[in-house]
Amino acid sequence: MSNAFTAYLIFFGPLAVVLVFVLAAMAERRRAGAAAEPDFFARNGWPVAIFLIVAVGVWMLVMIVLPALYMVDYSFHPKLPPSQRGGPRDIYTLANYRYFLFGSPTDTSQWNSTHLYAFWITIFVSVLITIVNFAVCYPLAYFMAQVARPAAVTRLMLMLVVPYWINEILRAFAFRVLFGTGGVINEILIGAGLIHDRIDFLGLDVALYAGLTYAYVLIMMFPLYNAIESLDRNQIEAARDLGAPWWRIHAEIVLPHAKPGVASGATLVFMLCAGALAAPLILGGPKTLWFTPIVYDRFFQAFNWPQGAAYALVLLMACMAFVLIVMRLFKVSLSEIAR
Amino acid sequence: MSADIDIDHVTIRFGDFVAVKDVSLKIAGGEFFSILGPSGCGKTTILRTISGFLEPTLGAVRIGGKDMSGVGPNKRPTALIFQNLALFPLMNVADNIAYGLRVRGVPAKQRRRKADELLSLVALPGTGDKKINELSGGQKQRVAIARALAVEPQVLLLDEPLSALDLRLRQHMRTELRAIQRRVGVTFIYITHDQGEALTMSDRVAVMNQGVVEQVGDGRTIYDQPATPFVASFVGENNGVSGRVRTLADGFAEIETPLGLIRGRDGGDLAPGAVATLFIRPERLRPEAEGVKAQVTATAFEGHQTHVQLVAADGHKLTMSLGRDLGAHLLTPGMEIAVGFAPADAVVLAQAPR
Repeated sequence: MSNAFTAYLIFFGPLAVVLVFVLAAMAERRRAGAAAEPDFFARNGWPVAIFLIVAVGVWMLVMIVLPALYMVDYSFHPKLPPSQRGGPRDIYTLANYRYFLFGSPTDTSQWNSTHLYAFWITIFVSVLITIVNFAVCYPLAYFMAQVARPAAVTRLMLMLVVPYWINEILRAFAFRVLFGTGGVINEILIGAGLIHDRIDFLGLDVALYAGLTYAYVLIMMFPLYNAIESLDRNQIEAARDLGAPWWRIHAEIVLPHAKPGVASGATLVFMLCAGALAAPLILGGPKTLWFTPIVYDRFFQAFNWPQGAAYALVLLMACMAFVLIVMRLFKVSLSEIAR
Repeated sequence: MSADIDIDHVTIRFGDFVAVKDVSLKIAGGEFFSILGPSGCGKTTILRTISGFLEPTLGAVRIGGKDMSGVGPNKRPTALIFQNLALFPLMNVADNIAYGLRVRGVPAKQRRRKADELLSLVALPGTGDKKINELSGGQKQRVAIARALAVEPQVLLLDEPLSALDLRLRQHMRTELRAIQRRVGVTFIYITHDQGEALTMSDRVAVMNQGVVEQVGDGRTIYDQPATPFVASFVGENNGVSGRVRTLADGFAEIETPLGLIRGRDGGDLAPGAVATLFIRPERLRPEAEGVKAQVTATAFEGHQTHVQLVAADGHKLTMSLGRDLGAHLLTPGMEIAVGFAPADAVVLAQAPR
């Protein structure tokens, strides 16, 4: 893809999409005829209709589709100085992906164990954090949705939301203070006589995992709360009246009902966690392996954008595959998650 | 299979609000017992106390002689049918019915057999594999009954379960419920605000108002011999005329009212000079040569009877219901007539002391 072509695409692509939408709307009107229901333009009015078409068209294409396509294209190109781009050496290649797997663009005798291990750890820990988040949020969401009085729910909601007014960087550094070798937690443990030597929570990645878990609590909380809240309280009481102990009520009545909420919360937490950048950069110890800082380094340390694009795409694909597999396992559909 | 229930001086408070005030009821094993009252009278609170979702503030609930305090709803020999039925939408019909058995660890095959048996009992054979949302309102009703019966409760508690059905189905389900109760022999406690349901199905009815049981008795007694003005006006149609007691003699009371001096049975607790209300059923009022003068304001033909709206001399409104053979068709709005009744058909009740 040459630069000139890309420029044309960015400029004319949205126009083309807008044109397609307008034609579709007009076709709808022609097909429906005068007597039928009002068409898209009549329903919304011309100004709103045009705004919707332009906004959706530009947003989808410019914000989502084009940059992603650009990255896909980039990832199959070699790293070249600007003067050689579009020249004879600018060919399609799998070298960037080969580098991810084998640590060299050409040699395939050895695995790229550092990057592969970081990749695996990122996925694995993200799964764990998602599970921990669910375990933390479920009792609270159930309490708020089914047990607490409305006034208490409002207060709890505020207590959950207000800490998120503090920005991510500040929160991450606060966790550093909390978990550092001279930090509050070490002081308390030593003061209480529980430990003698200070524990390096940062080096052990405890701070990172705790920070990531905390960062996405709300993302799990709200879908769960909404899902449980929509359950008819009488169903819980009916199960109890029929003799069910509390754990069966949760396993057989509440959770099956809340499954879409669990799925959407878990998907979001997992995706965000695996893609988190600030928390690993700030809270990670010197030996911490997390995949996103590696991707970041491809772009801004190695200045190898094609390789960075390949790494980012590998992460995206792995996350999507993982989510699709989990959805299949738990028999949830995409439309249920989006509900 | 069925247990008696003893509600012993039960009071239930929610903060400052007293929902149930010192209620005592003894319900015999195998009885079809209804609690009738307007919404907010405390009848559902009593039901939730029997099922174990609420503990009484004072007093005790005994089922089959055993004190139930501290026994949770999942450990009581009761099953509750919710007003909105609360069937589990994610389970099919058979799984719904067998849920109580599954919780008790009954093997799947046995569960299914029991579910099919119960489906035959409630006249829905072969629907075990259907989804809940494929059923009609009446079918859901039957599934809810089957689900409650599956755990073989000694007492079945029903919280206005027919209120969501249309009139014809509701009337049909009344007969059906009564028949099911006879077949299984379980004690039924039925909560309703619909006096028709209470009177047609029950062995006995308790009428509640503002947290207090006003009267307990069989349908006929409640209807013919109401114990309080509330029961007289809440159960069935009634004309009430208030006044002061003039004389009391031979079980009859004579009261001075704006409509003149009228006589009815002495409902008890009356003293000369006290404020009292005479209640006379519309179907007991008759056009007579001598009696209370009134003008016909409207007539409503309802097939087997005609309701005649009357306004008496001082603006007091009365309703008279006449059978087909009593000449209702001769009455037209604007006519001046006189109405009367046999004193034995009317009852004079003291104004409630509360």
